Amino acid sequence: MIVHVVFWIVAVIAVLAGAAVFWVDSMARATYALAVSFVAVGVAVLLMQQNYIGVVTILMMVMEMAVMAVYMVMFMGMNPALMPMSMVHDKRWALAAAVGMFAVLAAGILLIDWPARHGKPAADVTAALGEALMGPQMLVMVVVSPVMVSTIVSAIVLAARRTRYDRFGDDLKHRPADPQPGGVGR
Amino acid sequence: MADGTTMVSSVWALAAAALLGALGLYAAVVDGALTARSSGAAANGATTPLVETARLLRQRRRTTVAADTLLWRVGGGGLIAVALLMITVVPLGHWTLFDLDVGVAWFNAMDVMVWALVWLVGWGPNSVHSLVGGYRFLAHGLGYELPLMFALVAPAIAAQSLRVGTVAAAQHGLWFAVWMPVAFLGYCLGVVAFSVWGPFSPALGTDIAGGVAAELSGVDRLVFQAGRYLLLSAGAAFAVPMFLGGGAGPLLPEWVWVLVKTVVVLTVLVWLRRRVPAWRPDKFMEVGWMALLPAVVVQDLVVAIVAVWRG
Repeated sequence: MIVHVVFWIVAVIAVLAGAAVFWVDSMARATYALAVSFVAVGVAVLLMQQNYIGVVTILMMVMEMAVMAVYMVMFMGMNPALMPMSMVHDKRWALAAAVGMFAVLAAGILLIDWPARHGKPAADVTAALGEALMGPQMLVMVVVSPVMVSTIVSAIVLAARRTRYDRFGDDLKHRPADPQPGGVGR
Repeated sequence: MADGTTMVSSVWALAAAALLGALGLYAAVVDGALTARSSGAAANGATTPLVETARLLRQRRRTTVAADTLLWRVGGGGLIAVALLMITVVPLGHWTLFDLDVGVAWFNAMDVMVWALVWLVGWGPNSVHSLVGGYRFLAHGLGYELPLMFALVAPAIAAQSLRVGTVAAAQHGLWFAVWMPVAFLGYCLGVVAFSVWGPFSPALGTDIAGGVAAELSGVDRLVFQAGRYLLLSAGAAFAVPMFLGGGAGPLLPEWVWVLVKTVVVLTVLVWLRRRVPAWRPDKFMEVGWMALLPAVVVQDLVVAIVAVWRG
């Protein structure tokens, strides 16, 4: 009973906080409204006894939002991020897209022929879910992760103005004259 | 439970909160006494926290132009809430408030909350120095968080469980701090860092007029400082089941041993504050990624090999 009540409360919080992202007029508030929404989702997942996934959702999302706040404030041109600003752009198309998407998803929920439960849930739901998601695709996942890491590294290499040749000279043997020296003295 | 921890009634949460408060006050008293001794003040510094509390409670609250009061207050009060949520999974001998099967991940999620909260305290007052302080904390965070996470992985691998009680019970005879010292050091460093303490206090630096705390006054400053001491205490308390054998020890009952070990860790962390120089965020970033993270990952590898070899 209590679990049901709490579930509905966090569900409503998740939706309202998600909507608040577009109501508020500050970058910081929008970011942390989204964080609250994700934390509420994490608690809802906890209530569904997916403990690990619930806790990790909270962990990852709060960390992401903390970093996102930094980037949003940093990369907004002329820094309006420090001032009140609207969180919506291109309102008409966005509204149409949102209403259309909601209608499609809601129709899907109502029209689909939901299956009845067969058997019992697994003893360790998290392990069962991981097995179902990852089991047959493990090789793909293992291959994808180094590809993703190398994509990130190459994107940074391409975006960075100073390369190792600027730092260490053409023969890579000079002492670097970095504007901000690092802590291990390279 | 196989490991002998029992979940107690949630009424005991009040007792746990009081206990954490007492530990935080103890940390503040020790810090006050050490400060008085090192500065050669005639007065005994042990009363500093009480005097400071009385002073801040009477102080008028400072207001700034266009402050984001909601986020500012959430940031300060949230630190205390997070510290309280951390200790819910720390078993006191046999008793635990929340016997979560992923307690280690829970603690980790709570310490990540501190990223958001400290930045919010810096953002709230709409003041340059506080915001610079908030960014300094996040820059430190990028350096300390991954070593902290991988340090928490080591005991969990060795115990083959994320339940804190099981991790504590898995170290009969040999504490994890003894045979995984790098992980223990990485963890302690993380605790010091998420409490914005000692070498990780540039976010509160005097060079930026107090940084995150620059505009805090009155009860807000009291809440922020109390939050830091409570986080330090909660981190010290969590080290006991993770690395220091939980309640294991001769003669005394288990819960007393947990408290004794917590107080010892807390005292060392408080004492270290004036022994270690401040780490600039830009320098520590490289230390964290080039030295700490590889060291802790190698530690995890060693622990994993030992765990597999033991079968």
